[in-house]
Amino acid sequence: MREIEFDVVVKAVKDMIMHCGTDLPQDTYDALETAMENEKSPVSKEVIRQILENANIAKDEKRPLCQDTGLAVFFVNVGEEVRINGGLLRDAINKGTAQGYEEGYLRASTCEPFSRANLKDTVGYNLPAIIHFDIVAGDKIDIEYAAKGGGSENVSRARVFPPAAGKDGIVAYVKEVISDAGGNPCPPITVGVGIGGTFEKACISSKHALFRNLETKNPDPEMAELEERMLTEINNLGIGAMGMGGTKTALAVHIESNPCHIASLPVSVNVQCHSSRHTHITI
Amino acid sequence: MATYTLTTPLTSEDTKKLVAGDTVLLNGTIYTARDAAHKKLVDLIEAGEELPFDLEGSIIYFVGPTPPKPGDPIGSAGPTTSYRMDTYSPTMLKNGSKGMIGKGNRNQAVKDACVEYDGIYFGATGGAGALLGKQIRSAEVIAYPELGPEAVRKITVENFPVTVVNDTKGNDLYQMGREQYEVKS
Repeated sequence: MREIEFDVVVKAVKDMIMHCGTDLPQDTYDALETAMENEKSPVSKEVIRQILENANIAKDEKRPLCQDTGLAVFFVNVGEEVRINGGLLRDAINKGTAQGYEEGYLRASTCEPFSRANLKDTVGYNLPAIIHFDIVAGDKIDIEYAAKGGGSENVSRARVFPPAAGKDGIVAYVKEVISDAGGNPCPPITVGVGIGGTFEKACISSKHALFRNLETKNPDPEMAELEERMLTEINNLGIGAMGMGGTKTALAVHIESNPCHIASLPVSVNVQCHSSRHTHITI
Repeated sequence: MATYTLTTPLTSEDTKKLVAGDTVLLNGTIYTARDAAHKKLVDLIEAGEELPFDLEGSIIYFVGPTPPKPGDPIGSAGPTTSYRMDTYSPTMLKNGSKGMIGKGNRNQAVKDACVEYDGIYFGATGGAGALLGKQIRSAEVIAYPELGPEAVRKITVENFPVTVVNDTKGNDLYQMGREQYEVKS
């Protein structure tokens, strides 16, 4: 059984968070650059230029890319042959999150649902983190992290369709969600689509789909084709960067598909803003 | 689409010349407020009590900044989504405010209030918090410090870049832009 020190995890998580707060991942930066080149609207082109200039300033001066530094969302694959020495893995991830947000001058955005009281002085700075654990083979821990902003989360939706809805029904639904969202989620967006599974499995899959590198293609040719079809339909909406009108509303559509019940076809659409701050490490 | 440089407080003369799609570089004092602060401000107006700042000609920026790094007046400070302020904005405009800075669609009541009271809804680039924060020269919490990032701040801006989304004629850049680039299937 391999042992990993509690503090090693804390430090790794803290470093990921501080880096992601100020340094836009290269795949996101490159996708935005391509979008700017291809955008037909001069207003949207200028918006994307500002987004890229913002990324350069944030990286050079170590300033947060956006004032919404998100809730910390993790997907953690824990090897069966590894254990944490000195504490619980969940506690290490939360501790690293609090340290990263506070020391990185990132905003603490977690609050009580009704009183809206900020949890920074009670539960911890920007805590609790949202953590999805899975158990896998091996003696390593793989941690995927994304800072998830509120504006794009607010337009996300899920629905369980009857199986007859099929691909056409799902494409129409995705288009409807993005059309209703307009400029609110800060386009050019990435769209995560979870298909199949159960209600909650579709939602979690749509979130995880947003962690995928923007330069990758879906390994399943059927899903890759469906992603292309959705992307075209979304860009035909004309929403453009920040909703100002244009040809580049989305940078990519990522699908994660799962087997589902014979009676249902669950679909979840999770939207990510242009500041797609995601990274991963293996310990 | 023209580019203007304007200094607050704004007058009806300033706002009436602006058209959806114009770029404006804003200078001078503006005030920050999100939903929680708007609720408190509108409650004061309705109770006939004094506000923590003069609304006449004011611009309200919908923002909850990150904490400032040592030596900086403010942290990253891009706009938050505006529809959450739709309930309150018409009252603010009716009582003298001339503009708002945010991102995303407004409802018809806000657009109508822009026409009736010569108000402008400006869009700033969401997610450009580092770039926009750098155009803020000073910041001071003047009300509701208990709201943390949502407190009301008096900030001084220099050439703060915004785009006119809703103008005093009832035009809406989001609607116009989308109609121009939509590909009908």
